[in-house]
Amino acid sequence: MTTILTYPFKNLPTASKWALRFSVQTKTKKTLAKPNIRNVVVVDGVRTPFLLSGTSYKDLMPHDLARAALTGLLHRTSVPKEVVDYIIFGTVIQEVKTSNVAREAALGAGFSDKTPAHTVTMACISANQAMTTGVGLIASGQCDVIVAGGVELMSDVPIRHSRKMRKLMLDLNKAKSMGQRLSLISKFRFNFLAPELPAVSEFSTSETMGHSADRLAAAFAVSRLEQDEYALRSHSLAKKAQDEGLLSDVVPFKVPGKDTVTKDNGIRPSSLEQMAKLKPAFIKPYGTVTAANSSFLTDGASAMLIMAEEKALAMGYKPKAYLRDFMYVSQDPKDQLLLGPTYATPKVLEKAGLTMNDIDAFEFHEAFSGQILANFKAMDSDWFAENYMGRKTKVGLPPLEKFNNWGGSLSLGHPFGATGCRLVMAAANRLQKEGGQYGLVAACAAGGQGHAMIVEAYPK
Amino acid sequence: MVTYRAIGSLSRFSAFRILRSQGYIRRNFTGSFALLTRTHINYGVKGDVILHSEFTEVMNEIWASDQIRSAILISPKPGCFIVGADINILATCKTPQEVTQIPQEAQRTSEKLEKSIKPVVTAITTKDRKTVFGAPEVLLGILPGAGGTQRLPKMVGVPAAFDMMLTARNMRADRAKKMGLVDQLVVSLGPGLKLPEEWTIKYLEEVKISPKRNKGLVGKLTAYAMTIPFVRQQIYKKRTKGLYPTPLKIIDVVKTGIEQGSDAGYLSESQKFGELAMTKESKALMGLYHGQVLCKKNTSGAPQKDVKHLAIPGAGMMGAGIAQVSVDKGRKTILKDATLTGLVFKGLNDKVEKKALTSFERDSIFSNLTGKLDYQDMVMDAVFEDLSFKHRVLKGVEAVIPDHYVFASNTSPLPISEIAAVSKRPEKVIGRHYFSPADKMQLLEMITTEKTSKDTSASTVAIGLKQGKVIIVVKDGPGFYTTRCLAPMMSEVIRILQEGVDPKKLDSLTTSLGLPVGAATLVDEVGVDVAKHVAKDLGKAFGERFGGRKSGEGFSIYQETSLKMPPKSEVSSDEDIQFRLLTRFVNEAVTCLQEGILATPAEGDIGAVFGLSFPPCLGGPFCFVDLYEAQKIVDRLKKHEAAYGKEFTPSQLLADHTNSPNKKFHQ
Repeated sequence: MTTILTYPFKNLPTASKWALRFSVQTKTKKTLAKPNIRNVVVVDGVRTPFLLSGTSYKDLMPHDLARAALTGLLHRTSVPKEVVDYIIFGTVIQEVKTSNVAREAALGAGFSDKTPAHTVTMACISANQAMTTGVGLIASGQCDVIVAGGVELMSDVPIRHSRKMRKLMLDLNKAKSMGQRLSLISKFRFNFLAPELPAVSEFSTSETMGHSADRLAAAFAVSRLEQDEYALRSHSLAKKAQDEGLLSDVVPFKVPGKDTVTKDNGIRPSSLEQMAKLKPAFIKPYGTVTAANSSFLTDGASAMLIMAEEKALAMGYKPKAYLRDFMYVSQDPKDQLLLGPTYATPKVLEKAGLTMNDIDAFEFHEAFSGQILANFKAMDSDWFAENYMGRKTKVGLPPLEKFNNWGGSLSLGHPFGATGCRLVMAAANRLQKEGGQYGLVAACAAGGQGHAMIVEAYPK
Repeated sequence: MVTYRAIGSLSRFSAFRILRSQGYIRRNFTGSFALLTRTHINYGVKGDVILHSEFTEVMNEIWASDQIRSAILISPKPGCFIVGADINILATCKTPQEVTQIPQEAQRTSEKLEKSIKPVVTAITTKDRKTVFGAPEVLLGILPGAGGTQRLPKMVGVPAAFDMMLTARNMRADRAKKMGLVDQLVVSLGPGLKLPEEWTIKYLEEVKISPKRNKGLVGKLTAYAMTIPFVRQQIYKKRTKGLYPTPLKIIDVVKTGIEQGSDAGYLSESQKFGELAMTKESKALMGLYHGQVLCKKNTSGAPQKDVKHLAIPGAGMMGAGIAQVSVDKGRKTILKDATLTGLVFKGLNDKVEKKALTSFERDSIFSNLTGKLDYQDMVMDAVFEDLSFKHRVLKGVEAVIPDHYVFASNTSPLPISEIAAVSKRPEKVIGRHYFSPADKMQLLEMITTEKTSKDTSASTVAIGLKQGKVIIVVKDGPGFYTTRCLAPMMSEVIRILQEGVDPKKLDSLTTSLGLPVGAATLVDEVGVDVAKHVAKDLGKAFGERFGGRKSGEGFSIYQETSLKMPPKSEVSSDEDIQFRLLTRFVNEAVTCLQEGILATPAEGDIGAVFGLSFPPCLGGPFCFVDLYEAQKIVDRLKKHEAAYGKEFTPSQLLADHTNSPNKKFHQ
């Protein structure tokens, strides 16, 4: 506690008052360390600047971005490459040429070819899955040093030939005689050329996520104004954090053949009047989710160095945080697609033996303003808790003063596979900067899944 | 206003339709706060809104008030909407003139709605994909009487309107939107601050609605084409086949509206409505409708235990069909023969191709099906129709299942009491007679024995209802009800063929009666061997009236084909041939009622129409007797009796009806 009290507050006008108040309040638990289980620490984490897709990264391939994050991590931590036991990356829309993007990026970044790497996918919580896979490998004693990260390049997505065309082409490959080839070619029709885009909608329900978010917002009576206000808050806080240099996880990236990119380019604080002018993006004409209150398509990559605590200390590192209890949840992919945080938060808190009041820094993934606010209302509703979550009382609201104080996915951007690491690093860095012991990371994902994890600040 | 039918109670999709007139101006809905600017008309679900004076009163209030700028018609009860007019009103009318009054009143109300200067929005909450839009009046032998024949062609174009009104085709919400029947679809909300169903209704009241866009290119082209008389004639001409008077009248009315303007159209609509409502066909169809409603209820009460798991031993199409209708409704089903699961999958996949299901829904429904033997709450056997084999299955099954199970045997010829004879728990044995193909035919005949307990019956009916079947419950006896009625008609078909009538001619004679399949074709489809098998069993039970005839051994003769019989000229005119078939069927049906196999005449009618395709325009055997008069039928029977003997002896009950002409099966 004393370390928190002596920490300089001058950089934290919004949070200092609260940090002060909570620093005198005692926590339910002094630490979440468990006997006989190895402590897992985050040494440090970095990310490339998150850019709107179609901007500076548009000519790259996903492994280029991932490589940039990896080399950035190597520079930041100076970790000897051969020490790394394993590399795990998350990604959502896979580039077919580099389906194990973790391996391609690691080789390109100069990691030892003796270090295995694999890629995981779990929609918007892919990087979370990469991290927790690493946590499991360390806790079970299989590995000591892990690099976990994520990458997404939405500037280029695999657009395929139609199934009919693909079939024709594959059959042509097998055809032996000219006669067979000609008979196959005669089956060709022009409509075979219609391309097939990667699905933007949920496979099980055929509903796009924006549509679902709009319905979710309506189900929880979240108004358009509330959503616009929340989006504006996210952009304003992100702008402030960027200007004050708080987004220290960003590493500059020299784009080959272009300038060096140093900061996120999606942060655009606007005015409520401007935002009110936009038309609904998904449910026309009466929906409330617009381009301004949704997260945008983003390119970016992130990477994190995770170690067993004793290994980090032996190597002389000063870790930033512990990765503690985590929880995955899943629910109805139609009507509760984006309610993951509501379900995951109380479960992970209970598992860790903490309460909402113990948390000093909340970092939630903001897919849509409407989704965040609907989650708030769900967490604040006794009726919902009783009828849908099987709880006697409501989960309770996270205090807004401690919530996504340095911006979120709405403003910083959301490269699907990379966001998880950004959330954890934001929580860890905020705990370091603002003071406080516990951070809570939560996110929703396509498929009606969700994730939450407790991050504990590493004592000074 | 077109009559909508909305079925169900949960909502998935919702649809909007805006009633508007030319020069109508959209008001801003978003700026409205609560009741000052919009009003919410609660109407009862039952009853006939369109005729209801209360509805007119409320509407008048809305039109008169300065404060109300728009109105939304919505049911406060989830998944409901106005279910047309109450057809019982028609039953109270005696003359066409009286009936004509009814649509005229409805026409006035809906015309006022159409011409309303304030926007009136109709919101319909629907259940999953089950709620449909349509003009089902033709199924009752009447026409859409509240201006539907005039307004529908304008909304969706003449060809589509004919399609809806003449075939009673139902449209799901997405289709209705595409064809312009509704203006906007709103996907219902999930769980939130309140129950999804309630909250969706509130949401519907609040959302902004965009007015309908102009017709697309195709719509414009059709509209233009309809102005050319030649094209119009072609479209009218295409749809004038059939036995029923209704389609012709509908075409007439639509034609009048298009060619002479709406006023003439309205007038013609109400007059034709009156005429149609008084026809025998309409009476017969309405009787059937009532019967069907009755057979969709579980008269045996609620079962003690809800059946969640169903096992189906037995091979073949029937087992697969039963499995399909069961998994469809979310019941865990076990099929003994694992290779058969492929058939079920194919059935479901056909629905995907017709876009009635998504591929994901197909997969999740299919996951309810297991291909192994592990008996649960109910066992429904569909093994080969052989008594000793059924006994073996029953004994085998009873050895491994707990006491609360129900054993439902699927059979058409075998008496259930004989199957139950080897059971340790005969009160739990019941018969089910599905009609092939089981996933398409609506009827389910359930057979109870003396020993079958009420709860067994209740839980089997409950399953059947969940499978979406129309159910008649009959007593055990040879051939139960349906097979027993069909058999004499079939043997008459054979005799007619033996007498040298050309099968093609016989087919056309029977289809002109209203049977969907000609009688000779039907014999082919059933299979002479099966028919012979059944006829032998029934012949044993009923003696001379059924099986062995003078000329020899019934059906077997047909196979030999050498034995022709000389036709008897006094009963061989076309009409006589039709009546020989009909009266044998009807006479046997009445005998079933007399012997207590059937509990009610209504069930008899439903069984005949839905299971055996008895002509719906005749309303079923009992309705036919009522409408055609018992005396005339007995006269016919006696005439045939004189020629052929005992097969045609009128049943006692039929004779009773001739003695007191006021006696009717359907009062």
